[in-house]
Amino acid sequence: MSKLSRRSVLMRTASGAVALLARSARAQEARDEPPEIPDDPTKIQGRGWRELGERSTFERPRRVAFDGDVSLSPLQDLHGIITPADLHFERHHGGVPAIDPARYRLLIHGLVKRATVFTLAELKRFPSRSRICFVECSGNGSRGYRNIAAETTPQNLDGLTSTSEWTGVPLATIFREVGVDSRATWFLAEGMDAAVMTRSIPMDKAWDDAMIAYAQNGEALRPEQGYPARLLLPGWEGNSQVKWIRRIEVSDQPFMTREETSKYTDPLPDCTARMFSFVMDAKSIITFPAYPVTLTASGSWEISGLAWSGRGRITKVEVSIDGGRAWNRATLEEPVLSKCHTRFRYPWQWNGAEALLMSRATDETGYVQPTLGELRAARGRGTEYHYNHVLAWRVRPDGRVVFGLESA
Amino acid sequence: MRICVAWALIAAVVTTSCATARRPRSGPRVTPFGFGSPATEEQIRAWDIDVRPDGKGLPAGRGTVAQGASIYAEKCAACHGERGRNGPFEPLVGRVAEGFPFGRDPSLKRTVGSYWPYATTLFDYMRRAMPWMSPGSLQDDEVYALVAYILHLNEIVPEDAVMDADSLARVVMPAHDRFVRDNRRGGREIR
Repeated sequence: MSKLSRRSVLMRTASGAVALLARSARAQEARDEPPEIPDDPTKIQGRGWRELGERSTFERPRRVAFDGDVSLSPLQDLHGIITPADLHFERHHGGVPAIDPARYRLLIHGLVKRATVFTLAELKRFPSRSRICFVECSGNGSRGYRNIAAETTPQNLDGLTSTSEWTGVPLATIFREVGVDSRATWFLAEGMDAAVMTRSIPMDKAWDDAMIAYAQNGEALRPEQGYPARLLLPGWEGNSQVKWIRRIEVSDQPFMTREETSKYTDPLPDCTARMFSFVMDAKSIITFPAYPVTLTASGSWEISGLAWSGRGRITKVEVSIDGGRAWNRATLEEPVLSKCHTRFRYPWQWNGAEALLMSRATDETGYVQPTLGELRAARGRGTEYHYNHVLAWRVRPDGRVVFGLESA
Repeated sequence: MRICVAWALIAAVVTTSCATARRPRSGPRVTPFGFGSPATEEQIRAWDIDVRPDGKGLPAGRGTVAQGASIYAEKCAACHGERGRNGPFEPLVGRVAEGFPFGRDPSLKRTVGSYWPYATTLFDYMRRAMPWMSPGSLQDDEVYALVAYILHLNEIVPEDAVMDADSLARVVMPAHDRFVRDNRRGGREIR
């Protein structure tokens, strides 16, 4: 990923644009000022209804930028398992396109019996399905693997994962409608953004659980998440779940696009690189306590976090308070769903001494989240993507919490 | 008599199910819903821009290394640097001296010459998404020329190379044999 997006560089060179940004920043500040708070809210009528709800002005969860066209979800500010749609992480490769839903079309062609064009309204006429699952960028977690810094928040560490309730039509339904040739083994998914993003996807995923999604958390997709329609591949790396999808070409081989060859591949220590590594392996992160939190007193604190696996359900999360010497079973909060964030909790009595907090997830295949050492041995220090090792938070005797892994 | 009634019933059922199908079909199966419109050749041609490693999808046209050098200077060098190096964005040129040690060394750049397994990908990607400020604006001849120039800078084709649908599909990239399919399967093993 580049250090600065080309767009932002160009913006900076235009002084008029800079002045405009400054003005809009001031307007933003004025809106965000807390309202006058009465001494006793029971003695004055509250405000009336609004067409559109807003957050309390006391709450300011925000995505933050990563490199380039990337923003991270504020994991430390979220509760339960659902990510509010406006806080879902972003990764786009040519910006967020503006698409008129009335002019939207999905073309399906190639090894099919009936090459067909669907409007959005036609896609919505098919029997629909909703499911709650995570979407994670396969680059998530790089800041816990190399060039590690103690002052790293859960958001900066692992904020490229979000969970939503997605609604759409199973891709299998659409493929049955157009009739797929028996030679078909892959399909190309293509977006309508400036990158005209393309990924090759095995047909098996279509027959399993792939969807064309048009809704997120009960409303239309957010533009950043692919409005008006995207490919949803539960449990697979975010890049393969092509947003703003406009074309599917069914084929008997993969297309070897730029993203699936030069980008989203995993170099290995044996001087090869793994390609089509779609599935996100089991992973977990403690989101409280974590940097920049300070524990104000010893005594009772609840350790809480998220665990997920692209291969199915989380069956166990263990928590260690001594850097991995002893492991204790955490409580998994219902619902525990396949390929979905799962909230875990562990009650902790802090005695005021230094502690090293860790979590370790196991999924229904028996896969256990590896340590940093185990992952580096399997993948090498230079590898990219699919960082799912055990993370740690160091609680210092003064109560300050910092990231607990160190660069080796 | 009984047989005649049975045939009449079957005929009635077949007629009814044909009548409920919303559009004509050539295959043996009725479409389940009848949604969508048949895609025209023109609609498919307008969007079908992908190029496969076997060359399927490569258009007519051609370009030379020299033509590519001048197009590159005008449209690419500001971002990717003179001769594909030291620009503010993605470096395109460079060969790793020995092996393919990307897994061991995080400092290595994944250039076209050192990391890209297929030359057709270069054509596909530049035509659909480059240059950054006017994506999809390059003519097919320009894309062929840029492919020739970038492959030449990476010491993969000679200075007099001409790229077209035939020659591009035959280019074998240095990293071609380095890629392996995913062998992770869940369970106890860390891969």
